[in-house]
Order: sequence, then structure tokens, then C-alpha cells
Amino acid sequence: MAAIEMKNIVKRYGDGFPAVNDISIDVADGEFLILVGPSGCGKSTLLRMIVGLEDITDGDMMIGGKRVNDLAPRDRNLAMVFQNYALYPHLTVYENIAFPLRLAGASDSEVDEKVREASKTLDLDEHLDRKPGNLSGGQRQRVAMGRAIVREAEAFLFDEPLSNLDAKLRGQMRTEISRLQKRLGITTVYVTHDQTEAMTLGDRVAVLKRGILQQLASPRELYENPANLFVAGFIGSPPMNFVPAKVDGDYVELPFGKVRMPSDKIATAQGKGLLIAGIRPEHFEDASVVDSDKLTDETTFDAQVDVVEWLGNEAYAYVPFEAPPEVQEQLTQLEKDLDGESMRTQLVISLDGASRISEGDTATIWVDARKIHLFDPATGDNLTLDAEHAGIVPGAEAAARAEEVGKEQDAVQS
Amino acid sequence: MSQKNNIGTWIGFAAILVWCLLPVVWIISLSFKSVDETASGSPQFLPKDPTLDNYRDILSNGDFLAALRNSFGIALIATFLAVVFATLAAYAIARLEFKGKRLVLSLALAIAMFPVVSLVGPLFDMWRTFGLFNTWPGLIIPYMSFTLPLAIWTLSAFFREIPWEMEQAAQVDGATSWQAFRKVIVPLAAPGVFTAAILTFFFAWNEFVLAISLTSTTGSRTVPAQLSYFVGPDPFNPPYGQLATASVVVTVPIIVIVLLFQRKIVAGLTSGAVKG
Repeated sequence: MAAIEMKNIVKRYGDGFPAVNDISIDVADGEFLILVGPSGCGKSTLLRMIVGLEDITDGDMMIGGKRVNDLAPRDRNLAMVFQNYALYPHLTVYENIAFPLRLAGASDSEVDEKVREASKTLDLDEHLDRKPGNLSGGQRQRVAMGRAIVREAEAFLFDEPLSNLDAKLRGQMRTEISRLQKRLGITTVYVTHDQTEAMTLGDRVAVLKRGILQQLASPRELYENPANLFVAGFIGSPPMNFVPAKVDGDYVELPFGKVRMPSDKIATAQGKGLLIAGIRPEHFEDASVVDSDKLTDETTFDAQVDVVEWLGNEAYAYVPFEAPPEVQEQLTQLEKDLDGESMRTQLVISLDGASRISEGDTATIWVDARKIHLFDPATGDNLTLDAEHAGIVPGAEAAARAEEVGKEQDAVQS
Repeated sequence: MSQKNNIGTWIGFAAILVWCLLPVVWIISLSFKSVDETASGSPQFLPKDPTLDNYRDILSNGDFLAALRNSFGIALIATFLAVVFATLAAYAIARLEFKGKRLVLSLALAIAMFPVVSLVGPLFDMWRTFGLFNTWPGLIIPYMSFTLPLAIWTLSAFFREIPWEMEQAAQVDGATSWQAFRKVIVPLAAPGVFTAAILTFFFAWNEFVLAISLTSTTGSRTVPAQLSYFVGPDPFNPPYGQLATASVVVTVPIIVIVLLFQRKIVAGLTSGAVKG
């Protein structure tokens, strides 16, 4: 087991495509680190550089204090689970798991002991004599993990291991991976584009965009203190609402009305003109179910509810609004970066299940003004960032730099 | 409607079977006939008086046995070498990016298209100069060269089908490139390797033009060439029975090989390797 240190890692492909740009991440011994981002953000490339399947253009990759840039994959002693499992179809499950041990020249009794142990851990005992072709997706996934845990590897690397499973199995395997990692206490780097996996599995999460680290923090810090628009939009489901905002003293002017924000929070956002306010759906509420001591005129507004989706424990209300063109452009771009499609600008409001608001109503909505974030539309930076509780933000304007790299990437590809 | 279809299918099936097997059956039937019967003006289909004399004669014929030995040796060595070289070449073509890859492939194809007959003369002269005339290597080298292109094309198609991840997984698991190739890639490409081997073996086993032109004694003459020396005492009356018997004897190994390897050529060996 070992710590993994990435120091200013750069990957530039032969055609000049800058896939990974100056990323520095320290993974502590025994830590579970998640690399997350939309497709094409360089997360898999980074993982493959750790394991040695991809050359490192620049920077230092240290595993257990040793520079491994020039070591072949087999000399790095890492275990990896591939997205499509990459099981050996001509070998039985037993031999698949035994493969790394046999290569290392282990004796038959040692192989048998370790394979049986791994198969017991992963509940594969009854499948040992079968070929991977006869297994279900979840079983194949477990065999791939068996092949990883059977060795005493320095670290585990997972490359979107659950993306080929159906939703239910994905949930189960997620818990399984988490339990396994905690028990073995092994350093783990896990690549995913699924933010649920990122939030639930990781000790820390690194959010990447266009090969640039946007923020490296615990799931809670990411959720409560996103460094920029991109992180804010990527983490959370349903995603954070982005609405145009103007700061006026302690008040912030939203499309629905003025809301008073805590003055220490709004101080950094003074005099910046048109901003983007980010409010999570659950920070709104139907005013009629909110405790009366929280309610003031300064934190409520009236809105015409377009659609309501009632889920039992909660409900989602949708409120359309018009955004001015300069903000609209930024939001459309953001939506594109997040692999989404640009939909109409609307507010998603998470309501208590007890709320009686129905479609077409004009409802009084309360907003938790302390939780509002204000973003600079030009750079995307979070102006209300609580830097102490935001983990590592690699310099301001990471989002803006990603934008530049994005243009360069597009230029190479076209 | 389905009944009608069924009958049609069976009729077509029977027609193809007769079309394919009639010559074979005819040769087998001939091999059991005595000289008198084959020499008579109107030979009937089935032997009147089945005899094993032809087989006895053939198998005690020293020249034929020598030719059989040559055939086996030359075909097996040529096959082995062709498959080994083709496997390595095809792997390089499928996996590596290098300059002149297309050139190599098209050159290989060009060789395969080249008519063998046009090379007989030059080869004859060259082999005499190099001392390869009438030797095993003198046949093995051309057989190998003519089958390599097809083998390379077949194998590189198989290698391309094998996901890269297989090999990468092996490398992460601690294999060297050579171990990954030998323990993962080659077993996965086994159907392709066997297909290439069988094609090569058939070519070498059946080849006639080079075999007759580049050999002069039974020291290296193969069976197809040797058969043309079965003249018999009367030049106007070839020993059909013996020719047929020899044909049956040389066909048996081919049938055995096909039956053996048929099981190896299992389609879908790679199923289950990746997401199913």
C-alpha cells in the first residue's frame, strides 16, 4: 500500500491534443479518491498514466515515494479494474483470478489459498470452474475485482467499473466496493462520470474539466462550497439552479424578486454587475410548510408553478423564467460542458411532500438566502466561496483556463 | 407452406451432397476394383468383385511411401514456419502503428495474386545455383512464401478483434509484452491460428506445379508429383485403380486434420471477454 502523488502531470497526444493539463493531486495512503468529470475531461487518461498504460508527457508520478514515470505497468504493482472488465475468456474464473499470481511465480498451494480467499470475499465460490462468457455482468465485475484483490498491490485503480451494469446492480456493487476498500484499507483511485458514485464512494473527489483540475475536496465540501459554476452544476441531482442576479447592498435581485443575503457573504460580490446566482433545489421551500420564525418578506417570493412532480417524500416544482442574453449564453455553454442539452431556463424547486402546491398555482416560495452562491459570469468563479471549507481549489479561474484549453482541443480535433 | 419449404430444403440438400460426394465415392469405388475391371470397356459404378490388392500394392510401393514421407515432412514444416511468422507479422500489423504498414499488407496481397507458374522457371534456375534443387527446403521455402500472405491477412483480422484491454489487463497483472502475447493473445486468436494452419497445410499438401518442377528424385518428391509417375506397363492404359487408391490414401490425412481441428475452430471464443 502506498500513497500516490501526481505532480504537474501533463498529457499531450502526438497530434497536439492536450488531454491532461498540469494536474497535481496527492492521494494519501489508504485514501479513496474519485476522479470525476464529463466525458473527455481526461480522467481516464490520468488513471491510465498512473497505471502506466499511457506515457506521461510532463510531470512526476510518484507511487510510494518512488518516481514511476518510466516504469512498465508490470513494475508498478498496481491492480486495475477495467470498464469492460477485460477478463480472459479462455480461462476459468479460478484461472482468471490466479493469473497475476501465476505470473509472479507463486506456488500452486499459495495460488489456491489466495484464490479461494478472494472468491470467498466476493462470493464467487460456485463459479470458479466456469468461463467468463457464462457469467452475468455483476459476476464478471466481481471476477475482475477478484483479480485485483488477489495480489498485494500498492493501490487499486477503477476505470468506470459500474457503467455497464443496470441501475439496481450498480447500487449493490457500489456498496460492495466501498465495503471492500474500507476493509482492505488500500489506496484507491476511481474514475467515474456518475456523480452519485463520486459522492457516495470517495473520501475526496477531484472534479476535472478539459484536463484541468477544478476542485479537489470531500463530497460535502464540493456540494456546499463549489469553487465555480462547473463544479456547482456537476455535483448534485437535480442540479443546482442558475439564475441571473444583481447585487444591491445586502440584497440580491433575482428574476422573481429581491432576497436579502447575509452581508459577510455578499461582500465579495459587490459592484460586479450582472452575476449568476446558484441555488440548490432543496434550498427552496413552499412558504406554507416553513417554520414561521424563518419567514420574512425578504426571503420569500411569489412564482407561477408550471409543472409539479410529486414523488411521495418530496415534490419537484418547475418555474420557468427569462434570462438576459449575456447570462443565457454562459448557461448554455455550461450545459454543454456538463454533457447536457440546453433546455429552457427554469427553476427546479424541491418541495416538502406535505406541500399542497399544484400545477398552475401561484405559490409563495421561501428561499434559504444563506445558501445562495453568487458566480462571476465571466470567469465562472464562485464569489461567495468559503475557502476554508472548499478543499483544494487550484488557483482561481480554473474554469476560465479550462475554457481556453477547450478551444485548443477543438482546434486539434477539427 | 412450411411442409413445401421442408421438401425443397431436403431436395437441395441431397443435390449438393450428390454433387460434392459423387467424385469421392467414385474414387473410393475405383480403389477397390481390380485391373481387369478398370480396363474393361464399360466399368460399372460399384466393384463387382471388391479387392484390397490396390492398397496392398500401394503400401508396399517404396517410392510412394517415400513420397508420402516427403509430403508430410514438407507440409508440416512449411505450415509450422508459416504460422509462426504469420502470427508475429499479423500481431505487429494489428497492434503497431509504423510507416509502410499498408505497403507490407499490399505487398503480401500482391504475392498471393502472383501466378505460381510464372515463378517456376526462375526458381528452378535459382534453386540449382543455391543447391536447393531437389531438397526439402527447396519446396518448404516457396510453400511458406505463398501461404504467408493469406495467413497474415487471416490472423491480423483475428488479432484486430481482440480488445486492447485484454493485453493491457495482462500487463497490469504483471505480464511482460511477450507473456501477454503468449498467454492471452495467442490463445484468444487460436481459431485464427488453426484456420491459417489448415489453409497452409492444404496448400502444401496439394501443390503440384512446384513439386514436379523442383524435384528430380524420390528424395524430396511429394505425393501429388509422385502420382504422375504411376504409369503402369501400358502407356495407353494407366493404372486407374492404383491412382484412385493413392488418392484415397492422401485424402485420409486431410479428412482427419479437418475433423480434429474443427473443434478448435470454435466461433465466439472471445464472447464474455468484455461486456456481454
